[in-house]
Amino acid sequence: MVFELRDISVQHDAAGHNAAFHALVDVKLSIKQGEQVALVGPSGAGKTSLLHTMACAHKAESGELDIFGQDPWTLGHAQRHALRARLFLAPQTPPLPPRQRVVTAVLAGRLPQWSIRQAITSLLKPSDPDAAYDALERFNIQDKLYERVDRLSGGERQRCGLARLLISQAEVLLVDEPLSALDPTLALQSLTTLQQETTRRNATLICSLHQIELALSNFPRIVGLRDGRIVFDAPRAEVSDVMIEALYQNDRQTEPDDHTAAHTDTHLEHQF
Amino acid sequence: MTFSDTLEQHPDPSWRGRVTAILVALLLLWPMLVVSEFKPWELLDARSLGATWQFLSGFFPPAHSREFLMLILAATWQTVAIATAGLTLALLGAIPLTLLATETLSVSRMESGRMRFFSSGIRQLVRWLLVLLRSVPELVWALLLVRIVGLGSTAGVLAIALTYSGMLGKVYAEILESSETHATQSLLRNGSGRLGALLYGSLPASVSELVSYTAFRWECAIRGSVVMGFVGAGGIGQRMDESMKMLAGNEVSTILIVFVLLVACADAVSKYLRKRLG
Repeated sequence: MVFELRDISVQHDAAGHNAAFHALVDVKLSIKQGEQVALVGPSGAGKTSLLHTMACAHKAESGELDIFGQDPWTLGHAQRHALRARLFLAPQTPPLPPRQRVVTAVLAGRLPQWSIRQAITSLLKPSDPDAAYDALERFNIQDKLYERVDRLSGGERQRCGLARLLISQAEVLLVDEPLSALDPTLALQSLTTLQQETTRRNATLICSLHQIELALSNFPRIVGLRDGRIVFDAPRAEVSDVMIEALYQNDRQTEPDDHTAAHTDTHLEHQF
Repeated sequence: MTFSDTLEQHPDPSWRGRVTAILVALLLLWPMLVVSEFKPWELLDARSLGATWQFLSGFFPPAHSREFLMLILAATWQTVAIATAGLTLALLGAIPLTLLATETLSVSRMESGRMRFFSSGIRQLVRWLLVLLRSVPELVWALLLVRIVGLGSTAGVLAIALTYSGMLGKVYAEILESSETHATQSLLRNGSGRLGALLYGSLPASVSELVSYTAFRWECAIRGSVVMGFVGAGGIGQRMDESMKMLAGNEVSTILIVFVLLVACADAVSKYLRKRLG
């Protein structure tokens, strides 16, 4: 088992409210090595919180979490940080400094494996530009290798963030909305690349998606999340239109556009 | 004037606090002006005007004999050297202190929003050290050091290094903390070390501010080393002291012109660097 979550609850102290806001409530989930799981659900359902919890970015208030068979929060500080190098969390907004060059931003995926000397040397002269080029090529932006990040479009930045994921040596890929800034063709291509890479390194992929059709056509297992609870967790053949309808009900009226969704997720992001 | 917030359906909840803060600030400012005996009209007093005129009339034409200019050139070069060497030493002290003092680079803070007891203790100690270093003005350090290492530029260099490492460390930490932390946090979450996250996340986000502040501090160090020249720490300040004591207005004015040129040069360097890093 790569992940074993038992009754995980997470709360954030929402700004301006006294009552803590429950991001996750009693979540039970087990994920085996090599699985590819899509996380779906309306905005604010807790997808980002779940991914952050699995990446041990923050500790759950209650419940038990096992990663590779051990509870990361009983490990020592240094061991837990070493565990993080085996997980790769790709946030929805690509975490790329605007003034950095693409080659540096992509190679930063190797930082956990690098010594300080290697990190400094690579700032002066990129240590492995060919690897960065190959990673970018798989997302069709290899010609941006020596561009600065702020010269890229939103979609290019997102793919640059995914190229960093390819460069990393993680065994678990936790990807938050990787396709939100891509057009349908690019979205499908990028998702295919992600899944091929996962299969190639026999890694585990957990990916939150807004595009429910893409989730259903590409992922063997679908987890539906709503109001911090898991509503269904089923092979895609068993996920019916009715279940999807119920998952997104009402939210279509209160939060009609993607812009609000993106904003909510970024907001959550900053609270961690 | 009527405040219509009672009629508004969505009044700004924080405007009262904002207005009160401004009023309190003004109220606090008044006694400070009284205590500091700020009386600008004394400048226009007939006696002061006469004294000013006498001193200033000696300023023109500025001293420009070849011999004097060469002397000033050498002294200026010494001043720039003192400032640069002092700032370099200050950087060597400030960079490790910044790394210790910056909260955004804390893995434990990323995990729980709080730092571990031990690391927050270290951070507090470093902050106190930074306060101690910069609370003693460089002039006072120079006076002390002149007694220890004797007259000359060594005292000036050390004085600048001590005060400025305190200033640089504090402001660097603040720049790093106020810049966009998304990239740094993301690297930490993926298992990078603190230094790696700093080099690949925080630095590119704030390198322009850091360089601009360092260049400004270099400019201040040049001014500081001039002042320290008055207490015998070498450079152009020592020449200025001698000319002032001899009431040689024309020499003072030449030296003042050199000051202006120096600061203008420092400004140009800073502008160029910021443009390159933009």
